[in-house]
Amino acid sequence: MAIRTNGKTAAQAEKPSKVGGVVTWFDDRLGLATATKKQIRKVFPDHWSFMLGEIALWSFVVLLLTGVFLTLWFKPSMGEVTYMGSYDQLRGLEMSEAYASTLHISFDIRGGLLMRQIHHWAAMLFIAAMFVHMMRVFFTGAFRKPRELNWVIGGLLLMLGILEGFAGYSLPDDLLSGTGLRIADGLMKSIPVLGTYVSFFAFGGEFPGDYIIPRLFTVHVLLIPGLLLALIGAHMLLLVYHKHTQWAGPGRTEENVVGFPMMPVYAAKAGGFFFIVFGGTALMGALMEINPVWKYGPYNPAEVTAGSQPDWYMGVAEGLLRIMPGWESHIFGFTISWNILIPGVVAPGVIFTAVLLYPFIESWITGDKREHHLLQRPRNAPNRTAFLVAMMTLYGLLWAAGGNDILAVIFNLNLNYITYFMRGAIFVLPVVAFIVARRWAISLQRADEARLLHGYETGVIMRSPEGEYTERHLPISRTEAYTLTARDRDEVFALPSGEDANGVPAPHRRSDKLRSKLSKFWFADNIQKPTREEYDEAQHHAEHELAIHAGEAHSADGHQFDGRHDVQGEELRKH
Amino acid sequence: MSHENDSSMPVPGNDEAAAHRGTPAPADPIADPGLAPHEPRPTDVDKHAERRAERQVATLFMLSALCTVLFVVSYFAFDIGESTDTFLGFSTSNLTLGLSLGFALLLLGIGAIQLARKLMSDVEIIEMRHPVASSEQDRRDALAALTQGADDSGIGRRPLIRNSLIGAVALLGLPAVVALRDLGPLPGDSLERTVWKKGMRIVNDVSGEPLKPDEIEIGQLINAEPAVFFATNKEGDPVYEGVELQQEKAKAAVIVVRMQPKDITPLPSRDNWGVEGILCYSKICTHVGCPISLWEQQSHHLLCPCHQSTFDLADNGKVIFGPAARSLPQLPIGLDDQGYLVAMSDFTEPVGPSFWERG
Repeated sequence: MAIRTNGKTAAQAEKPSKVGGVVTWFDDRLGLATATKKQIRKVFPDHWSFMLGEIALWSFVVLLLTGVFLTLWFKPSMGEVTYMGSYDQLRGLEMSEAYASTLHISFDIRGGLLMRQIHHWAAMLFIAAMFVHMMRVFFTGAFRKPRELNWVIGGLLLMLGILEGFAGYSLPDDLLSGTGLRIADGLMKSIPVLGTYVSFFAFGGEFPGDYIIPRLFTVHVLLIPGLLLALIGAHMLLLVYHKHTQWAGPGRTEENVVGFPMMPVYAAKAGGFFFIVFGGTALMGALMEINPVWKYGPYNPAEVTAGSQPDWYMGVAEGLLRIMPGWESHIFGFTISWNILIPGVVAPGVIFTAVLLYPFIESWITGDKREHHLLQRPRNAPNRTAFLVAMMTLYGLLWAAGGNDILAVIFNLNLNYITYFMRGAIFVLPVVAFIVARRWAISLQRADEARLLHGYETGVIMRSPEGEYTERHLPISRTEAYTLTARDRDEVFALPSGEDANGVPAPHRRSDKLRSKLSKFWFADNIQKPTREEYDEAQHHAEHELAIHAGEAHSADGHQFDGRHDVQGEELRKH
Repeated sequence: MSHENDSSMPVPGNDEAAAHRGTPAPADPIADPGLAPHEPRPTDVDKHAERRAERQVATLFMLSALCTVLFVVSYFAFDIGESTDTFLGFSTSNLTLGLSLGFALLLLGIGAIQLARKLMSDVEIIEMRHPVASSEQDRRDALAALTQGADDSGIGRRPLIRNSLIGAVALLGLPAVVALRDLGPLPGDSLERTVWKKGMRIVNDVSGEPLKPDEIEIGQLINAEPAVFFATNKEGDPVYEGVELQQEKAKAAVIVVRMQPKDITPLPSRDNWGVEGILCYSKICTHVGCPISLWEQQSHHLLCPCHQSTFDLADNGKVIFGPAARSLPQLPIGLDDQGYLVAMSDFTEPVGPSFWERG
């Protein structure tokens, strides 16, 4: 019996096997077979660095699971109660319900402390994994067309992840988290014109008020996780649609993707990896104490602990705040606190905007509008690599500056000098790092070229009759040679030159001039892969050289053990 | 499951890929040699190795199950409570629950990955990519449909409707903003005043005891608060409690220090703001509002533990280091008729972090 459909004929039920029966039942209602037939055996390429994003994904799942557990007992209220729980040293003290319920989870709920610690460790891991994943994507050029929007989504995920972390960190209402909120209040108040209102509206009145914890709770368990989930969904959908990038190699081209099928290999590997991430964070929760809020005491706006440190990912913001000089302007009876506005509001805004826009900036400079599915080795994009190394240097410096008091104590240094040093270093050292990394990458490109054209170093030293010592080189394998050359040639953007038919010189827009300069800087120093002629020429030369030495038998025993040859039955010559 | 995957099997999709490879572009030095043939693993060709891997994976799964049982046992076996360091510096309950859960999960995960690595097919397969963009035809069709839809709606031809629609929708943003008005009260002048006023005693912030000059030694720093935080009203309830107390404390907390009078260099207007070398400053940092109390007795410096702004208390609370821009506000103090330290007025400037309207 034919069923009328929009076009294609619908499937006729066959006599089903057991699995087939279930599939048919669902497909009759959802029509999933057409959508999933290709996805079930979808191919994912294998490389260790593709696992970094997975760590982020799975730690997010761990956060959802442990977070739900914590919400069963946590009371997001700043109402005052007298603590009467198990922890002796705080019993009888007045504190907020949020803090009291956090103590309750830690001391009176079995597994509560474990879940709290897993939750906190997983949060640190979540953000760290997103950072490292993002660096991998950046270093290998995986953000290039058609994946720019997925890069933007990833950037938003990182930003939201940090906000989510800060909101969660503030919930227990202990002395340390309250200090963090106090600083957030200071940041809000520094916003010109609106600052005081922003602060009063956020805190429901004067700091600290009794609204901020319930509000942050909603933000932490509903608003941001909802956005994160939606964006992660989009991130994964685009990943599936674009198909994963892969490293160049024999048989691995821009047109295909080579690897293992999702079902069963990746299902088992990725599924197993979830348990490893969960298990790893559970062991951390068991063995490594984190955020022991009972040691800090309830929040009191008149108290603070020396050596207060935020979670690691806030360290950069903290460093910026610490090393900024105390600049403040008073104009027409109004105050502009540059000392807070610049590090707290302007700098993060500029940094995040630059991160989100980077793929578009790079493609404008390079003029590269093609699709890319093969990854680039970091050395083959020296400026991009150097840029990220410079940013990592800046990040590291600011992060260290965020712990300048700790550094001063541990290394017995003068705190003031550390701060003065950092004020200069954040401008100087990233530039130095950029130059070093750029030259380093180009040198590695040269090394690749030498390897390709002149072969690998055998470690065999030859002495000529004249007494000259040279090292013998042997050609690399064809597989390796292909892999080294499987990359694009860089093309410097040249200004349109000459005159048209009517003798009018080609127009030079200012943006074109800038682009041409940048493009030259970007590409001109790079080492390009050899042409076919150059390669063949080098091959001839190498063969010639081998032929010369072929007569000098036994001069180089042992390199049959260099790992490139079959050594079965080979023995070192007996002398 | 393995023996059929030997290297003589054609790799699916390889031919298709070969068609794409063809001869190298003229500039490419080396042609793509194509995907290397599959090399069988020991578990593919050796029955013993296969059995061994099977046992290995099953053992991992069984050990995981054992750990899960241990989790349930430790849940009921160990008490929790205040003790956070009964066993090797850990709480027994947390340690046993965490270790058993951790290993139950880890072993399960390791087993699954081992299964994939050793026993599932490791023949690489090739999938062809397709252009991300739609075909030209699809694009044209979609655009045509869009144009058709827009034309049918007639919005483009009727600017009056279009503009009034845009205006009406845009205006709906207004309620969304206005409805948030009650998030908090307007600031008013609340940031410019504190509970300090003439004659209010300065008391120790823990005990609530008033301070007498002869009880304060030179070099000493006392964390203090206004007496009203410890006061009760006629019904015996505290005057300030809960949120209000926290809010007022966030502005009114002070520190009292005593220095050698000869070391102090007060501004001319502050000549009579201290008592026998005793001065009182706001405890709230002028940077972003952390409470400050790291006191260097010898140099009279006060350091904020949050961002290390340093203030010289002998020199009117001037900033000598760090990101703070303004001096620490000073509270003028005197003695009441019983000889206790009291405020002579409120602070003469807003305390705490700067804000736009501060001037």
